[in-house]
Amino acid sequence: MNCIIIDDEETARLIIQQLCSQVEQLNVIEEFPNAIQAIKFLNQHHIDLIFLDIHMPDFTGFDFIQTLKNPPKIILTTSDKNFALEAFEYECVVDYLLKPIALPRFLKAIQKAESTKTPEVKDKTEDSSSGISSGENDLYINIDRRLIKIDIPTINVIEAKGDYILIKTQESNYTVHSTLKKIEEKLPEDTFLKIHRSYVINIKRIIDIEDNSVLIDKDVIPVSRSNRPELMKRLNML
Amino acid sequence: MTEAPNLAYIKELASGSEEFENKIITILKREFYEEKTQFSDNYSLKAFIKASENVHKLKHKIGMLGFDDGYQTTADFENGLKKNNLSLYPKFILILDTIEDFLKTL
Repeated sequence: MNCIIIDDEETARLIIQQLCSQVEQLNVIEEFPNAIQAIKFLNQHHIDLIFLDIHMPDFTGFDFIQTLKNPPKIILTTSDKNFALEAFEYECVVDYLLKPIALPRFLKAIQKAESTKTPEVKDKTEDSSSGISSGENDLYINIDRRLIKIDIPTINVIEAKGDYILIKTQESNYTVHSTLKKIEEKLPEDTFLKIHRSYVINIKRIIDIEDNSVLIDKDVIPVSRSNRPELMKRLNML
Repeated sequence: MTEAPNLAYIKELASGSEEFENKIITILKREFYEEKTQFSDNYSLKAFIKASENVHKLKHKIGMLGFDDGYQTTADFENGLKKNNLSLYPKFILILDTIEDFLKTL
């Protein structure tokens, strides 16, 4: 099992590493002194098991679990007995180890982790790394750990802005950490079209078209030469 | 004070690895002094919630060094601090001083 260790105490991380080194099937990939760094890592790597400290400054172990859409198995490690009840409210938590952790108790926790099924993926359309998930007419975007629902037909245009995209709807604008490619996959092909490397538009929201631009709401959007033929093909022209 | 610090837990964990033993003692010493200083500062400033967080971290180290009753005293002091109950302060300081003396011998 590939695992990571999250604990703000270096002593605790070293102890867990040492305990893991005595179990052949455990492979410690990385360790983190805080949960924020671990979130970034988990967006890019598949992990089977996390050893997670609960009591950390700023961002606790429970805060961390709540940010994970499809959490791996988690063994909580803490010096506090008082969190045990809360801990087992999370399906992904397989055991709860009190520090200082003794080897026999650690081995028991690993056995539990091995015999527990991996928590199932909650939503097949969810992409945990993109910040976006979708239903038929709805698109959920992840902003500051809140999932906000957007009605897809109300989207006018989506603009790429570095590592982010700006989604402009009839009501509001939203900036999301994602890419145009990822959001394109979530949108209906018959309505949305990429007309420039930085823009995807809702073709039903076009007001007019000039040579190399379209007008949607009050925005003038550039059309690249290579994308123009596809745009023209999609229009119902007289 | 009937309990004395020891390295039984660390030696069991090390399973004969001198490298691990040396490494963990070095880190333990550094973190212990840092956390003790932070605790003293917060306690002097009457920042008892922050002080209770320092005590929480020290509690792990107190347990690692073989204190059973001392671990419980520390846990009670940690909870007391959150409610401005300082009655266990003298007992807690005695534990810290005992550990500090012990760490100087390593």
